[in-house]
Amino acid sequence: MTGNPVVTGIGITAPTGLGVEEYWRATLRGVNGIGRITRFDPGQYPSRLFGEIRDFAVREHLPSRLIPQTDRMTQLALVAADRALADAGVDPRDMPEFGMGVVTASASGGFEFAQRELDKLWSKGKEYVSAYQSFAWFYAVNTGQISIRNGMRGPSGVVVTEQAGGLDALGQARRRLRRGTRLVVTGGVDGSLCPWGWVAQLTTGSLSRRDDPDRAYVPFSPGADGFVPGEGGAILVTETAESARERGARCYGEIAGYAATFDPRPGSGREPGLRRAVELALADAGALPEDVDVVFADAAGIAELDRVEAAALTAVFGPGGVPVTAPKTMTGRLYSGGAALDLATALLSLRDQVIPPTINVETVAEEYAIDLVRDEPRPAALRTALVVARGRGGFNAAAVVRAAP
Amino acid sequence: MTEFTFDELKRLMRESAGEAEHADLDGGAPDATFEELGYDSLALLEVSARIQRELGVVLSDEAVTTVESPRELVALVNEQLAART
Repeated sequence: MTGNPVVTGIGITAPTGLGVEEYWRATLRGVNGIGRITRFDPGQYPSRLFGEIRDFAVREHLPSRLIPQTDRMTQLALVAADRALADAGVDPRDMPEFGMGVVTASASGGFEFAQRELDKLWSKGKEYVSAYQSFAWFYAVNTGQISIRNGMRGPSGVVVTEQAGGLDALGQARRRLRRGTRLVVTGGVDGSLCPWGWVAQLTTGSLSRRDDPDRAYVPFSPGADGFVPGEGGAILVTETAESARERGARCYGEIAGYAATFDPRPGSGREPGLRRAVELALADAGALPEDVDVVFADAAGIAELDRVEAAALTAVFGPGGVPVTAPKTMTGRLYSGGAALDLATALLSLRDQVIPPTINVETVAEEYAIDLVRDEPRPAALRTALVVARGRGGFNAAAVVRAAP
Repeated sequence: MTEFTFDELKRLMRESAGEAEHADLDGGAPDATFEELGYDSLALLEVSARIQRELGVVLSDEAVTTVESPRELVALVNEQLAART
């Protein structure tokens, strides 16, 4: 053991599967979870595709006490946390309450809940607005609800760095573990699929306007012109190496390295911060580029950003120097859940020694010079994986995970 | 004037704030404390809003968050109903 914190539990709620094994099987098969929005009529909007979780019956998973006070994304996060703890073999009642913390990422908050309450305010009056509106919409609500449900009173917080959030939460969890918290529940689950949430997302101008679910989100292809968002994400149980050893816990892998950078001012002409984030994360892990066996790309799906990422990867690894994959082409980009799910997927790749495919990308733009794993899973000897993520507004993050020794 | 009953309150509690996993509204209540039943002050505000909408009884936030058990809340509502007639 190197002493690095380890991941001992994974919980997944994704458009392609609820639960680790269901998601992982679908991911290796290349199942596309993207489709036309069904929860409201998207006909009047310029973008109409989304990665929806379609078979989530919340009453089967959570007590009715929690349902009136939670947005859907919080319900998904609570279920993912329950599953991650069960997967880790942790019963929080057996652990010191101040020795367990919660650090999640959030990019939007509870839009669907908030829209419903605003609707009541304007149509019926203030006495119809739920008292739970006071927190159900809030960025930190997933952290708070996971903490309350599981009696985790140690250092906790929320990280808001848009789609880089899943990695930045992991970085913050690692800081807490290094300072003595024994166990930190981390990750991110997001989704704001309602008209109000949708128009907010449309304002970025980054969403694909295509209608064919197999041709809309095509990162690194010459035709990339926007991404498709989705809902869900992953929650991870992270622990100090010592805690995991004492419990005799199964380890998915260790958090070997992490770094975050911020882009220079737009128009400055200076290089974006992504390459530096990758290099700093590798240095933090004590790893050389040739040690990395696979890269889980940010895969923005916007030509300008794909170019920046391909340039960063070829600068560090050389042209075609490392297999690159973007399984998020099956789920859409999950905002704060995206990088958390990529981390989970990377750990499953290390476990099963196979790289999951990128789907729907017929051709990779030649100028990018990356070895994109497409359509079929690729068996490989995998010990070290790099996960890359970017958030709108200049956030870059990279994390290195290594198979447990 | 019909009296507000514990069964009525249970229905409003279930509909507005749900029910905790390990608490039994039908068992130990109405003398169990709201805390034992898994209802915090926000849950009581939710219940109070429902009471206001269904019965037209306005309970102050302070009154609602100081009652400790369903029995006390039922009594509080009945006092208000009686005062109204």
